[in-house]
Amino acid sequence: METLGRAFADALGLLWGMDAALVETVVLTLQVTLVALVIALVLGIPIGAAVGLTRHLPGRWLIVPLIYTGMGLPPVTVGLFTYLVLSNQGPLGGLGWLFTPAGMIVAQTIIAFPLVVGLTMAAVQGVDPNLPVQMLSLGATRRQVATVTLLEARVGVTAAVVAAYGAIISEVGAVMLVGGNIEGETRVLTTAIVLETRKGNFALALALGIILLALAFLTNFAFHRLQVHQGVR
Amino acid sequence: MTAAYALADFRHCYGDRCVVDIPTLEIRDGEILGLVGPSGAGKSTLLRLLNFLEAPTHGRITYAGEEIDGDASLATRRTITTVFQRPMLLRRSVAANVRIGRKLHGLDTNDNNTERWLEKLGLTDLADAPARTLSAGEAQRVALARALVVEPSVLLLDEPTGNLDPYNVGLLEDIVRSENAERRTTIVVVTHDVFQARRLADRTGLMVSGRMVELAETEAFFSDPQQPQTAAFVRGDLLI
Repeated sequence: METLGRAFADALGLLWGMDAALVETVVLTLQVTLVALVIALVLGIPIGAAVGLTRHLPGRWLIVPLIYTGMGLPPVTVGLFTYLVLSNQGPLGGLGWLFTPAGMIVAQTIIAFPLVVGLTMAAVQGVDPNLPVQMLSLGATRRQVATVTLLEARVGVTAAVVAAYGAIISEVGAVMLVGGNIEGETRVLTTAIVLETRKGNFALALALGIILLALAFLTNFAFHRLQVHQGVR
Repeated sequence: MTAAYALADFRHCYGDRCVVDIPTLEIRDGEILGLVGPSGAGKSTLLRLLNFLEAPTHGRITYAGEEIDGDASLATRRTITTVFQRPMLLRRSVAANVRIGRKLHGLDTNDNNTERWLEKLGLTDLADAPARTLSAGEAQRVALARALVVEPSVLLLDEPTGNLDPYNVGLLEDIVRSENAERRTTIVVVTHDVFQARRLADRTGLMVSGRMVELAETEAFFSDPQQPQTAAFVRGDLLI
């Protein structure tokens, strides 16, 4: 209890003091997570919608289980895979992205992407199948039908965004392996927590954890308000 | 009178089973055609084919003087709208649901068309209400408004009043009648209610097992049926 109490005090002190290293870590955490999330959404939502809407998709029997498997990818495995691909001997070693935020974004995008695809697919499939037919009967094009269906599934799609965001802001295995936890360059909140725990600075580690939770809560609160607003309209 | 549709050797089959099998049918421009028959007679499938949501597996269909081979063009499809028995409204306001028809067609949505149709169907007070909270009758009125707001040449009605109370049935029938009278919109109405066909339709057809058993002027259809099945149906006997 004493450690926990000190952790809260430390967290408040860190926030109040606007510690430069902490601000840098928080900013990098948000940068990496949000850029990865946006890339995963831009790629994943159209693909999820297409898979959900195309009943007779060739190879669906294989594609859907692959998506479901991707939704449970262990971050540390993704980190290892990304590390090998981006390392000097890897196929993309020439990019020089290992131990950089760009590499961390690649790893987190790989984690978020199947979640976005799978949950968008499920959300779209949850829309009444009569809706596309009725839109077509009003003179909609196939593209308009897809857009209208996706908008109808927006509560579920928002859940996909929340799930993907939650998965990547809290993961440590991939960013640790690919980023290397270099102070001032690739240190994010989760890797900083691991480091401080290893050093025995439990109060500081907990304080960072509380800040991470607060960040996650604030973002999810915003997503939830959006979802409620969409649901009642 | 010219033909809105002309069907010849028209069949729609799944494997060996033909759910629609009509050697010849002409739907006149500007008429109200009633289609009655038991469930599974192929009436709804015929409407889907007339809306060009599917292409028939066999035969020819001519629409507005043009033979449609395979998929109809978007411009052709946009002259036809359908109202279904169970309308799927969007998770938006009533007004947005009515406006969607014009939006899909790329038409101006700032004109007063939406408001006009909301008013015609007694929906003005509900314009800002979420469409998913409406009663069945109100929802069906919204569905009719969104189908008519684009001013279609053909309106297809698939058991549009199946779940409605007499007040809403009367209201919808009045709108259908006036749409036909004012704009000469061709209307095909599928109904289980023979009295509705009698009230609305210029001509009525009985479909059983995908075939048009009899098609006649509505008065003759009911007062002097030529086929035993029609006579039985008009009497209210079960058709197998």
